[in-house]
Amino acid sequence: MNQTHYPAQTRSEPVSRHTLAVVVDNEPGVLARIAGLFSGRGYNIESLTVSETEHEKHISRITIVTAGTAQIIDQIKNQLERLVPVHRVVDLTLTNEALEREMALVKVVGKGEQRVEALRLAAAFGARTLDASLVSFVFELTGTTEEIERFIRLMTVVGLVEVSRTGVAAISRGSESM
Amino acid sequence: MTREMTGAEMVVQALIDQGITHIFGYPGGAVLPIYDALFHTDKVKHVLVRHEQAAVHAAEGYARSSGKVGAVLVTSGPGSTNAVTGLADAMMDSIPVVCFTGQVPTHLIGSDAFQECDTVGITRHCTKHNYLVKSINDLPRILHEAFYVASAGRPGPVVIDIPKDVQFATGTYSRPTSNQHKTYRPQIKGEMSKIKAALDMMKTAKRPIFYTGGGIINSGTEASALLRELVRTTGFPITSTLMGLGAYPASDRQWLGMLGMHGTYEANLAMHDCDLMIAIGARFDDRITGRLDAFSPGSKKIHIDIDPSSINKNVKVDLAIVGDCAHVLEDMVRLWRTSNATADKAALKDWWGKIDGWRQRNCLAFTPSQDIIKPQYAIQRLYELTLGKDVYFTTEVGQHQMWAAQFLRFEEPNRWMTSGGLGTMGYGLPAALGVQFAHPGALVIDVAGEASIQMTMQEMSTAAQYHLPVKVFILNNQYMGMVRQWQELLHGGRYSETYSEGLPDFVKLAEAYHARGIRCDKPADLDAAILDMINYDGPVLFDCIVDPAENCFPMIPSGKAHNDMLLGDAAQDIGSVIDEKGKMLV
Repeated sequence: MNQTHYPAQTRSEPVSRHTLAVVVDNEPGVLARIAGLFSGRGYNIESLTVSETEHEKHISRITIVTAGTAQIIDQIKNQLERLVPVHRVVDLTLTNEALEREMALVKVVGKGEQRVEALRLAAAFGARTLDASLVSFVFELTGTTEEIERFIRLMTVVGLVEVSRTGVAAISRGSESM
Repeated sequence: MTREMTGAEMVVQALIDQGITHIFGYPGGAVLPIYDALFHTDKVKHVLVRHEQAAVHAAEGYARSSGKVGAVLVTSGPGSTNAVTGLADAMMDSIPVVCFTGQVPTHLIGSDAFQECDTVGITRHCTKHNYLVKSINDLPRILHEAFYVASAGRPGPVVIDIPKDVQFATGTYSRPTSNQHKTYRPQIKGEMSKIKAALDMMKTAKRPIFYTGGGIINSGTEASALLRELVRTTGFPITSTLMGLGAYPASDRQWLGMLGMHGTYEANLAMHDCDLMIAIGARFDDRITGRLDAFSPGSKKIHIDIDPSSINKNVKVDLAIVGDCAHVLEDMVRLWRTSNATADKAALKDWWGKIDGWRQRNCLAFTPSQDIIKPQYAIQRLYELTLGKDVYFTTEVGQHQMWAAQFLRFEEPNRWMTSGGLGTMGYGLPAALGVQFAHPGALVIDVAGEASIQMTMQEMSTAAQYHLPVKVFILNNQYMGMVRQWQELLHGGRYSETYSEGLPDFVKLAEAYHARGIRCDKPADLDAAILDMINYDGPVLFDCIVDPAENCFPMIPSGKAHNDMLLGDAAQDIGSVIDEKGKMLV
């Protein structure tokens, strides 16, 4: 006999990554509600971006990158919609190839050939140089999560000391809006 | 109506405007202005409990038995933390409650002031929604919005945390004319195409079953009436969760009894073998489904629920209808009628034949005794002797709760108040107080265990203060019986810490609380003692000494499927259904 009085876990379905856009009332505690929902129900947050998008109406847009089975993603969407301050939840991954971008600020420190290489790579990626000293650069790169990851990996070799990333902002293609 | 008043007065005015007649609470420093405002009104009666947990349970009992919203008023800090168990209970069982909590003045928030705690932070996950009111200008809107959110859609508890300076501040009160909420608008009407699809599935089903839950009760008495109509016109069998008891009359032939872990043999086997399951206002809880991958493997499933997040949460369904039970049932009944639909009568006849075979098993049978009161017998007698009376039952949590669910037979909704989702020991007595306030002339009985009752025992004092004639019927087996049962079945009979030692003398305790104490330990004396309890005009603690070794059957050991039940020794062995592995496993 089962040693617990709860049913055993039975599912093992493929996990996929989804980007959700959540439109909420910008009221105190709304981010805590959403973050708490994810931790309380055991969902993953891979990236979270929040900002007020309509000041007069006090509306914020939260972009969440999460991973789960199809059933879990569906649950996340339904659970989010159950929160009182939530207006809408759209799974951008399910809309036609939504645009996703994040921005990273990357600081590299180095001298000589390493320094030249860092600058060359930054140019190749289309990164902007925001700050330079005799021994350092700060680059700004906007791109998909994968591009940023690749850039950071390369910069690690040429003297990366610090990274600051924004998390993903996402929007659907075409004329349709939320 | 627009008037200048203080925040505290607004709270009281909003209660009056919402038609709230009773508020359960406990005063303290951070809610003094509201208590002062209450002092000046006779339209809202404050009920002083002895612990804030009990205030919420009382409000739950009030709400569940009346269909109204329950109201609670507690102070900051420990007042609100004590209320958390009740709020979590109301959240799990979808009971509409609005709980007002006092808070330290806004300028002290975050300074670790006396009796300060982060109430909105602590209650965020055990409420449907909560508010910290930082400005008097927001208060009137929030007060009314809270009642809307608590009762609209899938009901639940809402907390309004009001700092003391906001209670003192003066502002303009007006009652909103519109109930429209800018974001929260649950879907009430079901999608017609899906309802039609559901009826099509029902027409051709060979082995259908209705599986209903607390959502029917929450949807109002109309939903129960419509459910009865639909079940009778279709001729399908019906079972229900613990929370849904009473929505369908237990005396009806089509009623299979409760399903789930301690549900009946016929209900669980019918769930397992059905080819169409129509779930209405039920949420496929783990106490219901047992082993998920073996849950009703051959059936198509229709799920009707007002909460989209309940759909496909635990069990994947084939057709989901989001909407209020009463509205969807109304459409279903009407469409079934107007389309002259008929079920597959021949197949149904076979199906009922099979079900009647399972019924023969008499799964609730127990071995009677002349010497010792069997707990099932006690509940049976309690049921028989209260039959026909205007009676409401509450329970605590454990074996007695399951026996009550099995042996009390409910004909009407809102007559059964129990802690289902959270399983809160100590729920029953305070809930009974709330029920008694909602139904002053009724007979209100809390079926209790000797362990559970001690969790909120102090509320006997509340019963005494308000002359509430609630009856506490304690099945005293000197064990935390359900835990002991699990220890017997799963942990080699090592009864670790489940023996109730140092029990109070419940008769003397009753007397200490100005109540009547009755003890009974002989089956022959039981009827007279129960009648004595019923006829006594005042609160009673009934100490019913029962067989300490009795276990609650039938039982689906978790991790098992519905057709893998344990039955008691007294159930009829009908051979064909059972195969090997001894008597215990069926």
